[in-house]
Amino acid sequence: MRLDDDDFSLFGLPQRQAQNRAEIDARWKALQGRVHPDRFAADGAAAQRLAMQWAVRVNEAQQRLRDPLRRAAYLCELRGAPLKANENTRMPVSFLTEQMAWREAMDEAEGADAVHAIDDQVAAREAALLVEVEGLLDEKNDAAAAAEQVRALMFIARFRQDIDKRLEKFEGLGR
Amino acid sequence: MALLQISEPGQSPNPHERRIAVGIDLGTTHSLVAAVRSGVAVCLPDGTGRVILPSAVRYLDEGRRQIGVEALAAQAIDPENTIVSVKRFMGRSLADIANRDKLPYRFEDTPGMLSLATRHGLKSPVEVSAEILATLRFRAEDSFADDVFGAVITVPAYFDDAQRQATKDAAQLAGLNVLRLINEPTAAAIAYGLDNASEGLYAVYDLGGGTFDISLLRLTRGVFEVVATGGDAALGGDDFDRVLADWALAQAGIAVNTAHDKRAVLVAARAAKEALSGVDSIALHAALDAGALNVIVSRAQLELLAEPLIGKTLTATRRVLRDAKVKTDEVQGVVMVGGSTRMLAVRASVGALFGREVLTNLNPDEVVALGAAIQANQLAGNAADGDILLLDVIPLSLGLETMGGLVERIIERNATIPVAKAQDFTTFKDGQTALALHVLQGERELVSECRSLARFELRGIPPMVAGAARIRVTFTVDADGLLSVSAREMISGVEAAIQIKPSYGLSDNAIAAMLKDGFASAEGDMQARKLREARVDAERMVLATQSALAADGDLLDADETVAIKTLLIALAAAAQGDDANAMDAAVEALAAGTESFAAERMNRGIQQALTGRSIDQL
Repeated sequence: MRLDDDDFSLFGLPQRQAQNRAEIDARWKALQGRVHPDRFAADGAAAQRLAMQWAVRVNEAQQRLRDPLRRAAYLCELRGAPLKANENTRMPVSFLTEQMAWREAMDEAEGADAVHAIDDQVAAREAALLVEVEGLLDEKNDAAAAAEQVRALMFIARFRQDIDKRLEKFEGLGR
Repeated sequence: MALLQISEPGQSPNPHERRIAVGIDLGTTHSLVAAVRSGVAVCLPDGTGRVILPSAVRYLDEGRRQIGVEALAAQAIDPENTIVSVKRFMGRSLADIANRDKLPYRFEDTPGMLSLATRHGLKSPVEVSAEILATLRFRAEDSFADDVFGAVITVPAYFDDAQRQATKDAAQLAGLNVLRLINEPTAAAIAYGLDNASEGLYAVYDLGGGTFDISLLRLTRGVFEVVATGGDAALGGDDFDRVLADWALAQAGIAVNTAHDKRAVLVAARAAKEALSGVDSIALHAALDAGALNVIVSRAQLELLAEPLIGKTLTATRRVLRDAKVKTDEVQGVVMVGGSTRMLAVRASVGALFGREVLTNLNPDEVVALGAAIQANQLAGNAADGDILLLDVIPLSLGLETMGGLVERIIERNATIPVAKAQDFTTFKDGQTALALHVLQGERELVSECRSLARFELRGIPPMVAGAARIRVTFTVDADGLLSVSAREMISGVEAAIQIKPSYGLSDNAIAAMLKDGFASAEGDMQARKLREARVDAERMVLATQSALAADGDLLDADETVAIKTLLIALAAAAQGDDANAMDAAVEALAAGTESFAAERMNRGIQQALTGRSIDQL
């Protein structure tokens, strides 16, 4: 096992999009139980440094594996179809139209309930896209096509963050 | 080879070498020290049987000082030289302290952190805290008749980087080896969870004298995973005292101006507040220079005054539930910690939010220190089968200033620590050799609304055309929740020199000066201290290497084993001597000589962790 092994190998999981969140968390805790700096607190500075590197690496892998969107992006990259999200912002027209409709609905929403209703719609679209991405990655082995959908999912994720901020204002939780 | 002792896995090679490890709750109002004795965590009492040390330090004439009960008793007589609630000033500048005109101190706006003018001259909050920590350290050494090997010190989960660093500096000044800083609610969860064999999702609501934390933890078989945390590092019992005092003064039409009056009215308000947890109404009485204050206050009145403050804690609590994407009915229990949770209105409001009775079946003053002691015992290698693991998070996001005074987040709040993130930067001018970065902590988008942690400059970037350099800056938050930054130019491989100017906190020089200034003058000169520390390190390395060889010696071939044992013998010999530098050198040599062995052991650990998983699944 090496620090630069991929996340799936590190966690001993099959390299695919379909994963079980509980299993990822259980493996994360088992691994941290072995590598966490607290396990080497009495072993001197060199052991601490090594433990620190591994614990950071295990946390990084867990963060990426347990978020379906980041996991999909990572798989695309591993399979030679990196997203290049900054350079490639081209989206199908139908998707852009949908986005615009959502944003307009958001601007017009006047209460938390209305925003929640939009969020439900967007969440359903997100879930459907994730199923599609899983099929493209795990069954069709078409990373390039999956990458397209992952880019769309990133737009949705950003939009849902905006929705969250709106909801926080309604709930008086603004920081 | 005689050096090699075979021991049961997980046991200290020599039971007589049990290390004294303590947990310290350095609180706003009071502080405690606890340790594991015969397998049970207990708070250690002072000579008179008291476990609570009031967090009060009084500077007397002729360089003398009082710490604890005597100091507290003098707070209204000698308010300017008697520092209480110093925790609220840790890692803070003068401008950060709200309502400072209501406090009796002579503040000085010193760089890095405010200072307090006392009879002993200017005192940093770090020095005042160190007095409290040293008192607790002496108490522990008296009760074990032995040196303290190390300490776990608790901090509010919502403490930022500057406040954590200040706490660690105070411990160093007090001559304590800090095994770990851990978050107060997490420490409470350890003590509570182990006591009650709890599993599942728990909230810890910790309202102390000066700080408020709310943490959500998932407990599974000895693993304490913090899911989300939030709070307010400047909200606690002191604020309830202040609003009650202000109300009483307004009722009586009295204005306070002197240091004595400012302190006396706060003392009276606190006494009244505490009494109102037991009775329905009480006389708030104080003999002030400005006239006698005598006001009847009812519990209902106190609750009315407290409502906005309690409301703030409830907002923070809702925010944490939201961050964790958890509904109140998924939380299996709400553990109440901190003296201020004795207020009935607090209990009722939190209970109402969660729709369940809150858990108050533990001593809210002691539980944090007890949890810290359990963790300290394990970190020192004393726990026979202690398999608790803390997976804590950073409370506030870390980011960098970008164009237009905006903050770009690098590490998000609630990320599990330790955590590291790298970010690439480039130059925007031909031949540019330096780059300035500004690190911030907080959730807001504007630089001006976040806390500035440090500004630093990367120098020595090889001159290239604009945009050609690729400078990778790595932010690392360690298991204590403390940030460090490193940078490297990726194309040339040049390690860029970083010059960090912390916006808060004390410089290494300032701390060295305080050490020299004889803060700990009672304990002999620096040389003796350095020697003792070097010896502890050396002995620790010897033991650790011996147990590593006992556990995983089969990973080495004969030559490698001999090489390591030779280094081990050299280190053991150096540890017998009186040369601190020789010890340090031998420690370094052994560390270098066991580097690949350590890596292979780590690998084996990882394989075992996953092998265990596969067996579980079959």
